[in-house]
Amino acid sequence: MLETITFSLLNGLLYGMLLFMLSSGLTLIFGMMGVLNFAHASFYMLGAYFAYTMGLYTGFWVALFLAPIAVGLIGAAVERFGLRQVHQYGHVPELLFTFGLAYVVEELVRLFWGNTPMNYRVPEALDFPLFSLFGTNYPAFRVFVLVVAVSMFVGLYLLLKRTRAGLIIQASLSRPDMVSALGHNVPQVFMWVFAFGTGLAALGGVVGGIQLVTEPGMAFMMGPIVFVVVVVGGLGSIQGALIASILIGVLQTFALSVDWSLANLGMVFGYAVPPESFFATIWYMDSTRIAPMLPYLLLVLMLIFRPRGLMGKRES
Amino acid sequence: MNTTQVQTGAAAGGVGRSIWVRRLWPWLVAVVIAMLLPLLVTSNHGLTMISHMGVMIIFALSYNMLLGNTGLLSFGHAVYFGLGGYMAMHMLRYIEATGFGMPLELLPVVGALGGLLFGLIFGAVSTRRAGVVFAMISLGIGEMVTASSLMFTGFFGGEAGLFGNREAPVSLFGIDYGPGRNVYYLVAVWALIAAVIMFLLRQTPLGWMANAVRDNPERAQFVGYSPQMVRFFQFVLAATFAGLAGGLFIVVDEIITDETVGMIQSGLVLLSAYIGGIGFFLGPVVGAVLVVFLESELSSITDAWLLYFGLLFVAVVMFAPQGLFGVAYQQVMSWRAGEWVRSFHARLYATSAMLVFVLALIAVIEKAYHVLRHWNPQEPMPLFFVTIDATSMVPWLVSFAVMAGALAVFFLHARPLLRRALDSGEGA
Repeated sequence: MLETITFSLLNGLLYGMLLFMLSSGLTLIFGMMGVLNFAHASFYMLGAYFAYTMGLYTGFWVALFLAPIAVGLIGAAVERFGLRQVHQYGHVPELLFTFGLAYVVEELVRLFWGNTPMNYRVPEALDFPLFSLFGTNYPAFRVFVLVVAVSMFVGLYLLLKRTRAGLIIQASLSRPDMVSALGHNVPQVFMWVFAFGTGLAALGGVVGGIQLVTEPGMAFMMGPIVFVVVVVGGLGSIQGALIASILIGVLQTFALSVDWSLANLGMVFGYAVPPESFFATIWYMDSTRIAPMLPYLLLVLMLIFRPRGLMGKRES
Repeated sequence: MNTTQVQTGAAAGGVGRSIWVRRLWPWLVAVVIAMLLPLLVTSNHGLTMISHMGVMIIFALSYNMLLGNTGLLSFGHAVYFGLGGYMAMHMLRYIEATGFGMPLELLPVVGALGGLLFGLIFGAVSTRRAGVVFAMISLGIGEMVTASSLMFTGFFGGEAGLFGNREAPVSLFGIDYGPGRNVYYLVAVWALIAAVIMFLLRQTPLGWMANAVRDNPERAQFVGYSPQMVRFFQFVLAATFAGLAGGLFIVVDEIITDETVGMIQSGLVLLSAYIGGIGFFLGPVVGAVLVVFLESELSSITDAWLLYFGLLFVAVVMFAPQGLFGVAYQQVMSWRAGEWVRSFHARLYATSAMLVFVLALIAVIEKAYHVLRHWNPQEPMPLFFVTIDATSMVPWLVSFAVMAGALAVFFLHARPLLRRALDSGEGA
């Protein structure tokens, strides 16, 4: 039991940190521009594919830095020549633009890399067990993912709270009109925030592509969950995104690894629903089958009862 | 004095009649086209396609009750389509098993009731807010229902889905629903009924208040209406019609899988409505026909069809947010205003420059798919009436040169010319 709990916590933390890497960029973009970037997970996918292909020539460590920069530049171009054009029509067309973009990116990835998963492996320098717990080895790469995510959080936090650029970004989060009135070129700030956010997603892809999988469906798999994190965490709040990511990561991992159902709870109180009753399906449903649903249940409940999210300062 | 009164009365009557004729002729044209279409399309594949068009028209129109009329952007509208379809499928299987006397013609009503039921449940929690919050809740509900298809395999039929036989129930009119043509007529009649009801619903106080809530909820509230209730009613109605479409869908296909409640189906109806144009009643109809046609025909011609689909959608969002029907409508209006006379050449010039660019872009995409995805890239490739070797440099250089040239002509010469032609008209 202790073994299961420890490993579920560790793996949940890891999955949560991967989610955080994706959602930190999105929460910045969403908070600042009001654009729910549907294509955000597509940039995560591009990060993984770019890093895989670059890694074949330069090795993993160079790709770790180059891939996010390349994807960030693509993000800047998307903002400058796509989103800005659509911005004049309002928020709904902006959302729809990124929605269409997600389709286009997926098809382009299928065109250039094919439909099969890439053989994107752990780099040799990190391919060893770091420590062993309850007789099971824990891979060093997982710890590396945690280190990358934590340093990203710390760096982002310092950038937002301690630098002038962060000051302007934060001001734009709460009072965009005022920032514009003070003479800052808000569209240009938007462009760089978008580029930065997509770059962060790509960094998530560089390590997430190894840890999870690198295939054309990965964007549509992660996309909706990232929304859940951003909405639950609260608009534009990095800390909120971190808390929500870990919450969802741990919640899902536990539901998958602990085989529980309402019937177990009923047994504690000495009560059971007869198997032929109408509610028996739900009563005997084991938690592994409920797991995929949990994040969305959390999202809907959060939006109904607390639409600004855990740490959000204002509603959309 | 009496005669003048009679005359004005007659004149008013005449105006009234002509308004009715003007209002009715698009519907009459639609009826004639719908009735004559099976004479043109006789293959089984074609009949299934036009039946799907009818289903999609209802579905897209119901979606536009949300997006176009009420300003609610939903990412989970397929939930009501799919669940309505499942309800109708369970009824069909029940009829098959027990010989229950419900006629096939009324089976879509079961789908509509299913849509209504789930619309009431999910609408109550999701229509409290509009905008991005509503969009997110709809996405969440959509994903929840998709995930629950893995949980309730008895209802959703697991990965294989559920089958039914549409020839099992009786028919109200003694029609044999074996042949696809008869099924098409059933779809067409239902589509027409649904379209007329949805059109009339726009003219009711509820329809007008939905527009008010879309444009300015505070003022609607100030007049004394609850925006939440208006959104809720519109949502439930839209879900009902989506369920109706789902019920018809299972009559056409005789099979339903959990893909019908999923994100892809929700995206497809959004694409259909938006590409056609959400500001017009007929916009989603045009979009639905186009999307089903492309999905059915383009996919057999080229591997790149999903890419074209995405590019078309992005292009519409960026350059023609009023939709394709909206663009056509604008052209007709400017034709009537006489703008075409003085700008005809400029329009022709600009349009052909853009067309050349699009053709060159298609050539590039097709060659890319041939080189990267074909099992043998060296194989000669047919492209626009010529056969080329896609691995050699020349065709690539030609297409890129044509693309760049067409863009340069459009932006540097054709567009300024068009602007000048239109401006000179305004000055005169």
